[in-house]
This record gives sequence, C-alpha cells and structure tokens, in this order.
Amino acid sequence: MYIEIIAFGIAKDILGSKRVNLSLDEADTVGIARQKLMEQYPRFKTLASLQLAVNAEYVTDDHLLQENDEVVIIPPVSGG
Amino acid sequence: MKAIQITSDRLNVKACAETVACEGAGGIVVFAGTVRNATLGKAVLRLHFEAYEKMALKEMQKIADESTKRWGLHHIVVHHRTGTVPIGEEAVVIACSSAHRKEAFQACEYAIDQLKKTVPIWKKEVFEDGAVWVSAHP
Repeated sequence: MYIEIIAFGIAKDILGSKRVNLSLDEADTVGIARQKLMEQYPRFKTLASLQLAVNAEYVTDDHLLQENDEVVIIPPVSGG
Repeated sequence: MKAIQITSDRLNVKACAETVACEGAGGIVVFAGTVRNATLGKAVLRLHFEAYEKMALKEMQKIADESTKRWGLHHIVVHHRTGTVPIGEEAVVIACSSAHRKEAFQACEYAIDQLKKTVPIWKKEVFEDGAVWVSAHP
C-alpha cells in the first residue's frame, strides 16, 4: 500500500516537496515507515529527532499504519 | 477572542491580557516571545514560522488544559503567529490568570516550556547569507 506523507519545516526541504507517497506493506508500523524514510532520504539521519504524527497525534513506534491515515513528518519542533 | 489560536496576523498582547482578566483573579501573568535581532552573535533579519495547524492547535489545547488543572487557573490564552515575523514583534503570547500570582507565574512558564517541546511549529531564522531551521540538527 501507499501512504501519503506530509512534511513541514526542514522535512519539506529534505523531501523536496510537501507530500510524497511511501510504499509500505500491510501491518507496517510507524517505526518501519520512519526507517524507510531514512533509507530513501538519508538527510533525515542528520536531524536531532524525527517523529511521525498519525491523524494529528503523536504515536509510539509500534503504532500500525492504515491506508487513509494522515501521516506527518515531525522534525525537531522550534515554536515559541 | 479565542483562547487557543494560530494566526498570521500580528498578535495583540494587551487583548490577550484582557481576555484572561476576571474579578476572581489576583494576578495576570503574560509571556510574550519576541523576535530577537541576533542569535549567537549573528544578525537575524526576521523569523519565519510554519505550523501543522490542526495538530498544533490540539497540542496547545492540551497544554492549556494541563496548566489550568495543575495550577487552578481562572483563564489561559495561548496564541502563536505563523508566517514572517519581523524583529521586535511577538511570535507567541501566553496569558494566565489565577487567584494568586504564584500559580499564574508557574503555569505561564510551564506553558511556554511545554509549547517549545511538543507543539508542531517550526521556526526558520533568516540571516544576510541564508536561512536555518532552528534546532533541526543536534
């Protein structure tokens, strides 16, 4: 399955676009999705942290992804 | 005025303070985070903020709820600006009111510290010779 990944901040610069489709297997977790992103875009490995939010919530690495999830890359936040 | 807000318009510190004012309040503490003209000795021209707005609003609400619960606040306002913010203008305003000042001070400090840790908003510092996403790299 393909999951659309949305990016903000430096993650958008690294992807070279606001959205990409990531190829995942059924029952892939957030941890696996992050690993695949780091393999496909090695610059993610240089960041201080890299989280994925699912449907606008922080989730743990074992969270299972589903096709219609809204998945957003959260590089280190720096608001305020 | 909405208690939790993300806007590309200029923030209004006075209006935030007025929004949390009430007869039961013995103190109002307002934190305004403003754009500084330098970072590590290097001149900053302006900041640019980007937010994952849907989630940022949820996280800001969680902080407001937790602050209210822990310190028994009367009211709290958390506003963040996005887009380009010039030197000297506010990027964030947090206002807290409580019966006694100590609670409002503590809640306000907690709220800004927490916002910097959990709210999905990103800041880019623009210099003469380029721009950098803040805190991105270790």
